[in-house]
Amino acid sequence: MSNEGQLSGSDALPLEAGLPEASFMSLLESRGLAPRWTTGGPLDAIDVPDGTTVLALRYADGVVMAGDRRATAGNVIAHKRVQKVFAADDYSAVAISGTAGMAIELIKLFQTELEHYEKIEGTRLSLEGKANFLARMVRGHLPLAFQGLAVVPLFCGYDEQEGTGRLYSFDVVGGRYEEQDYAATGSGGSEAKSFLKASFSEGLEEADALRLGIEALVAAAEEDAATGGPDLRRGIYPNVVTVTEAGYGVVEDERIAEIAAAAVENRP
Amino acid sequence: MMPFYVPPEQLIKDRAEFARKGIARGRSIVIMEYRDGVVLMGENPSGALHKLGEIYDRVAFAGVGRFNEFETMRVAGIRYADLKGFAYGRGDVTGKGLANAYSQTLGQIFTHEVKPYEVEVMVAEIGPDPGDTEMYRIQFDGTLRDIERFGAMGGKEEALTERLQEAVNGLIDLAGTMRVAADAIEAVEESQIEATGWEAAVLDRTLGRRMFRRVQSAEIEAARNAGG
Repeated sequence: MSNEGQLSGSDALPLEAGLPEASFMSLLESRGLAPRWTTGGPLDAIDVPDGTTVLALRYADGVVMAGDRRATAGNVIAHKRVQKVFAADDYSAVAISGTAGMAIELIKLFQTELEHYEKIEGTRLSLEGKANFLARMVRGHLPLAFQGLAVVPLFCGYDEQEGTGRLYSFDVVGGRYEEQDYAATGSGGSEAKSFLKASFSEGLEEADALRLGIEALVAAAEEDAATGGPDLRRGIYPNVVTVTEAGYGVVEDERIAEIAAAAVENRP
Repeated sequence: MMPFYVPPEQLIKDRAEFARKGIARGRSIVIMEYRDGVVLMGENPSGALHKLGEIYDRVAFAGVGRFNEFETMRVAGIRYADLKGFAYGRGDVTGKGLANAYSQTLGQIFTHEVKPYEVEVMVAEIGPDPGDTEMYRIQFDGTLRDIERFGAMGGKEEALTERLQEAVNGLIDLAGTMRVAADAIEAVEESQIEATGWEAAVLDRTLGRRMFRRVQSAEIEAARNAGG
């Protein structure tokens, strides 16, 4: 991705009329700063870091979202402590799989868009609206996906209007699918999904939901070389967050460590 | 036909007088430091059309005068801040930078547009310590001043500033500070204002990343009752 143009040299404010309401993306476009999701040539020759398994599941109070910490470039482990689960805003979370460099930029833009809208309009976008916007961003990235640099997010949040947790998965062309109970994506995603399928039940308590999410990641790490399991010796644990009526919350490392240690211990 | 010659001094004077009159017709806004940050408060019967707003993590906005004009300023400020924070880093968005941008823009409008903006705006920024607080006031012609401890703009701002000078004494808690502000405004306006007739917001350094918060009318009422 490259950014064309630069911040205007003067101190004048961007007052021009005709911008679609409250969108930060449109503002970037109007100033020639929007990310250009294309590259000049074939990318077969380069290995860029890929993020791997992320998942989300619904439980009694809302949703749990979790991701492993590994990024790989070809057969090399590029990073051991990557963060793949982020707050999108106070009531939603987004996780990424695919080309890490692109995905992190995409998330930063998504976060800015949501906050920008909220400040200008004085109200948050609906959860549906947030998911639709994210789908549009993924679709905009399609030219790069054809060159092997795909980004596939996972989105979940607490629907303030409906009073329930909801989750959305996406495909590489920007298809947006609302999932009932659980979703997973990335190289270990199918393994994680089959684990969740076997163990999910309606109305889980928070402790059970956290355990299930972490166990699914451990299962994925066993089958998929690109997914990093909990590293008990170095203290590297999955990122786990919850989104409930009280909003976005990060689960503390000590709590995750305990569950992760048990999950590794109890594997058949 | 030859256009009439108007000396520049007269032109500026006329424009300034026009803008000043427009601003004085409205209601005042008070800005005050308190123990955890900055309070912005004013009379505003509308619950939907805000005069105070969040710009960025630790930067807030207040405007008096014509609503559509200071709303334009507020939105432009958010655009400026989000663009800058996105291109560089969140810490690079400062109140001083924004105040300068407002000053430039209002100055341009004052001399170049058919009609000057009938607005005045304030920008407040807080940091980890009380000593980091910065408050600025930008007038219709782009004049930029900084504010120490407390200030007022719009409506009967001079009388209000005098009142506050007598009443303000050291940094106190939020409820106490809102009481001082509300009492001063009521005294100057010579009227009683109901709890729902206020608009108040704070920048609170205990809040985490986004330090802006609107104060609900129940909290304002409780604060005023606590004072007896």
